[in-house]
Amino acid sequence: MMRVAGRGLIDRETPLGFRFDGREYSGFAGDTLASALLANGVRLVGRSFKYHRPRGILTAGSEEPNALMEIDRNGDITPNVRATVQELHDGLVAHSQNRWPSLSNDLMAVNDLLSPFLGAGFYYKTFMWPSAFWEKLYEPVIRHAAGLGRMRRVHDDTRNEKAFAHCDVLVIGSGPAGLMAALTAARTGVDVILAEQDSDFGGQLLWSGETVAGQPGTEWASDIVRELGAMDNVRLMRRTTVTGAYDGGVYGALERVSQHLATPEADMPAETFWRITTRSAVLAAGAIERPVAFPMNDRPGVMMSSAVQQYLNRFGVLAGKRVAIFANNDGAHRLADDLMAAGATVAGVIDSRADAPRSDAFRVWPGAVVTGTKGRQAIRSVTIRSDGRTFQEEVDCLAMSGGWNPSLHLSCHMNTRPEWSDDIQSFVPRDDAVPGLFAAGAANGDMSTRACLNSGIASAKSALKRIGVTAKAPKSPEAEDRRYVIAPLWEVSNAKGRAWLDFQNDVTTKDVHQAARENMQSVEHMKRYTTQGMATDQGKNSNINALAVLADTTGRSIPETGTTTFRPPYVPVSIAAMGAGGRGKGFAPERFTTSHDLTDQQKAPWIEAGLWYRPSYFPEAGEKTWRESCDREVLMVRNSVGVSDVSTLGKIDIQGPDAARLLDMAYTNMFSTLKTGRVRYGLMLREDGFVMDDGTTARLGDNHYLMTTTTAAAGQVMRHLEFITQCLHPEWDVRIISVTDQWAQFAVAGPRARAVLNGILDKPVEDADFPFMSCGDVAIGGIAGRLYRISFSGELGYEIAVPAGYGESLYALLLAGARAEGGGPYGMEALNVLRIEKGFLTHAEIDGRVTAFDVGMGAMVSPRKDCIGKTASERPGLNGDARCQLVGIRPTGAVKQLTAGAHLFAERAAAVRENSEGWVTSVGYSPVLESYLGLAFLKNGRARHGEKIRLVDHLREVEAICEVSGPVFFDPDGGRARG
Amino acid sequence: MRIKCPICGERDRREYYYVGDAIALRRPEPDAGEEAWDDYLHLRDNPAGRTRDLWYHEMGCSAWIVVERDTLTHEIYDTGLASAVTKAGE
Amino acid sequence: MAELSWKPATELTGDRKIGQATLSALTPEFITSIAPFDHAAKTIGAVMKSAHGMALPAQGRMTGKAALRCLWTSRGQYFLIGDAPADPALAPHAALSDQSAAWAGFRIAGADCEAVMARLTPIDLRAATFKRGHVARSDFSHMMAIIARSGAQQMDVYVMRSFAKTAEHHLVEAMKSVAARRNSEIVT
Repeated sequence: MMRVAGRGLIDRETPLGFRFDGREYSGFAGDTLASALLANGVRLVGRSFKYHRPRGILTAGSEEPNALMEIDRNGDITPNVRATVQELHDGLVAHSQNRWPSLSNDLMAVNDLLSPFLGAGFYYKTFMWPSAFWEKLYEPVIRHAAGLGRMRRVHDDTRNEKAFAHCDVLVIGSGPAGLMAALTAARTGVDVILAEQDSDFGGQLLWSGETVAGQPGTEWASDIVRELGAMDNVRLMRRTTVTGAYDGGVYGALERVSQHLATPEADMPAETFWRITTRSAVLAAGAIERPVAFPMNDRPGVMMSSAVQQYLNRFGVLAGKRVAIFANNDGAHRLADDLMAAGATVAGVIDSRADAPRSDAFRVWPGAVVTGTKGRQAIRSVTIRSDGRTFQEEVDCLAMSGGWNPSLHLSCHMNTRPEWSDDIQSFVPRDDAVPGLFAAGAANGDMSTRACLNSGIASAKSALKRIGVTAKAPKSPEAEDRRYVIAPLWEVSNAKGRAWLDFQNDVTTKDVHQAARENMQSVEHMKRYTTQGMATDQGKNSNINALAVLADTTGRSIPETGTTTFRPPYVPVSIAAMGAGGRGKGFAPERFTTSHDLTDQQKAPWIEAGLWYRPSYFPEAGEKTWRESCDREVLMVRNSVGVSDVSTLGKIDIQGPDAARLLDMAYTNMFSTLKTGRVRYGLMLREDGFVMDDGTTARLGDNHYLMTTTTAAAGQVMRHLEFITQCLHPEWDVRIISVTDQWAQFAVAGPRARAVLNGILDKPVEDADFPFMSCGDVAIGGIAGRLYRISFSGELGYEIAVPAGYGESLYALLLAGARAEGGGPYGMEALNVLRIEKGFLTHAEIDGRVTAFDVGMGAMVSPRKDCIGKTASERPGLNGDARCQLVGIRPTGAVKQLTAGAHLFAERAAAVRENSEGWVTSVGYSPVLESYLGLAFLKNGRARHGEKIRLVDHLREVEAICEVSGPVFFDPDGGRARG
Repeated sequence: MRIKCPICGERDRREYYYVGDAIALRRPEPDAGEEAWDDYLHLRDNPAGRTRDLWYHEMGCSAWIVVERDTLTHEIYDTGLASAVTKAGE
Repeated sequence: MAELSWKPATELTGDRKIGQATLSALTPEFITSIAPFDHAAKTIGAVMKSAHGMALPAQGRMTGKAALRCLWTSRGQYFLIGDAPADPALAPHAALSDQSAAWAGFRIAGADCEAVMARLTPIDLRAATFKRGHVARSDFSHMMAIIARSGAQQMDVYVMRSFAKTAEHHLVEAMKSVAARRNSEIVT
């Protein structure tokens, strides 16, 4: 056991059992999976992506490249979870990844032997030809080898959540800088959100062992957190990583809500994706320690210096019993003190700086470097070059530190590049890189605790100033102000063997050198060529190193070489979390009509029309196919009567002195001349001359119209009317409002329609006083309704509307009435056949590519007034013989079937694209005419009635000889509808 | 992204429907000629920088809004009611 | 004679309490939209006052008392909600339309009402920003909604009637998730 008594913040009273690769282990509350594994002496935790190298835990944070696990919750597996982020809970089950058959014996490790052939650009160069090999061989093989964790290949029903939050100041990170910033802002009374990606607040104070205001840093931090927690204007969000900075003060944040719990409640989301809107923000995300590239630096047991310190001081775990430290800065010397105090042996500090500080307590090799490591699945010795001498030291852990990189990623999310600082040998955020975001602490390159506290206050003051709040700054507490002295060291030169940069994607210095040699000298090219930084860790601890190596190789400075762009998200975010709320009913809202429940009782299958649900057909006993039901319903409407819910059509109430003007502008035809109590069919164009929508509009009063739109285009038409009245003619005095949901409306169609209606209307209607295309008020049991005599079936037809609260009740009455007359309900399939028989249009025909001329309604564009789309509709290209025009088609050859989407060809022409003369938009089987009928657009079609044409459906392999006709197949003079 | 509706105040982008260039406000007369109509219907600048476009506050108050913004920085300089812009003949 | 019976927009009856939030249906007898005409811009206020004893509210606000309230609902549009329809005296001055059956109303009350709503709408509902009597029209899980704060810890949401089931589903799910957080002492 590597656990050290008396150290750390873990709760030793609460032991927790867990399993890793099938073996039982135990840890304590407060552990991460990583610290618990280390405490149990587990060094080998995974295999690298490309070479399947044995790997151990490298870091103690969200930047971890190696220790990726599958977490198994009763068979529900989440892959690629960083062991450094996963908190330990009782019963946790974790598996290592990317190995077969086992972690210690991974056959794919053969890749490591092949590594001389698998360098940068290997895939680009190798899998090129023959091209036929791509699909058959290369891709399947590569796909099999690719990827880290496994997919479960079943529907993921983990509960995730999205949420919105609003505040005045968002503080990102809760180290000394973040805490001071939050405190400064919170004390002014503004709303503050403090987001901390860790399970606990405090940042480096949780493990650095420093004192603040004379207290241990951990105690000071919890005092501040307690003060903040007691304030109503502060929201403390732990386990919440701010993942992206977006326009207008919007930040994305991922909260791990319940993954740290052994038995979360069923309704608890696993993760919540927050959209936080803030007026200003402080970026206090700290810094990430970077490795040094020396040969075999990827061996398990080689760890970041700060991670070793963190495991020791926060979790009470020694990463090794005999530890060497390799560093180019002072920070690492502190670790040596801590290790010795904890009873470990410090083999020595290998400091690349010739003027490295000396120590009486431990050995220091100044001006020395590590040139290699040995050990099979964990480090056993380190090779040191000092004073021209190369020798080995036995160790079980090597802590390394190449310096620190500020976590400035969020400051670059709006495309600003950071700037280089020679002082800290890294990039620091530019001022105003993201409007309203102010960097503080280590994220800003302030490397001492005291500097962090000060810049926390200063950045909060800037953030507050931006929103017009003056802060009375709290006094900065006493803290250590140690200088951060660093000399650049990126790559140990003149040393043999592969030196890793990107541990997760297996990119070595050799790959970067090769990229540079092959002229991939731009950092963006190098990145893509070598895949540097393109793994799930996005190169958090390797990008700067790779950039520096590229700079050295190409003889340029680092600022000259540039840097890649940081993009959201800062940490991996599962698609499930990002798309939370968009699954199941969240995918799209469902709109139900008032007849929904009664329709459901009749077992009618539903079809979606926009967001609406409409019945497809109403199966009766003995009917085996939808066609049988559909044929029956069509004949029922033609012979007796049918009832159909048409409430989904858009209904727009238009009132005001200029209502008629608006309609004249929106429709191609005249509505100002329509008489009150009458209904007219109207055609609407887009401004570019193509048909937008059609429908009927009733005049209810002098200044009062009711427009209907198609179901799908209701929103578009509403927007269009608002456009005309607000953008083009704001001087018109007219008001529009949707009344779609107010009225339940039912079509009653067929020769017996009036009989059904008169069975329920308080006052019967007669043919003469309620002629075709008229409308008026009616009453049913004293309830006021509206009646329209319109027909989409070609039969005697009415549509009757009542306030939606009475909808279900009216539907039941109409059904009973219809059944008494030998009729019943009809669905969308029958409705479609009925309208095809009559040549009426739907959006199958008006698909945004056809003009009024094409659909045979050119004459409806009134010459007596302007309207939207009129000028464009007169353009020569939108009219004439070259256009495909609406026609009817009917099969006359051996094949009696028609299909929508098929193309039309001259009888003997080859069925190739160049010969296409049109296309079929709608088809249906007419039980009345005992034939398939189709509507189609055919080149110069109106002049070709009577011609034979060949229908070819390449997809369904249907070919049929058809006769071209006008689009109206049934009752062409409309006598039936007029009654 | 946040857009200030002159009526509702600053709101999330998801409440809005985007249309395109604010040129849509300057509809030519029916007899303005082919060139004017071609410009109005089809020709658009693609500026790297300041642009004016139309947004519809569809999930909000239904106002059509002219948004002046920067395509490079995404900064929004100003928003106004389309009705006011049309009335002022801008 | 035929007889029609009324069915409310939502099937939700009574109070549904989950954690620190309680969901109930709002079933006002009348909802009338009032959209004043341009030509009546100056007169409508007085007519409203004499007809209903309340002013037309400012943008984003409501007027009236619990039994009958007037809510600003969108650009140039108000809803009179409660136990009376709009007085016909308003008709020459404003476009009136009956919306009584067109909306499904929900009330979400309790300490967690803001937290529940924060899962469903992007608007800023902090108590200091969105006070009692404030009204907004916004997105509510992809549905256009009228959202009002009717009490210190009470929000009203109206969606179009056809969306009632979806809205109720989302409200209940959000309530469950907020309650689960509370039970585990995780900030909502």
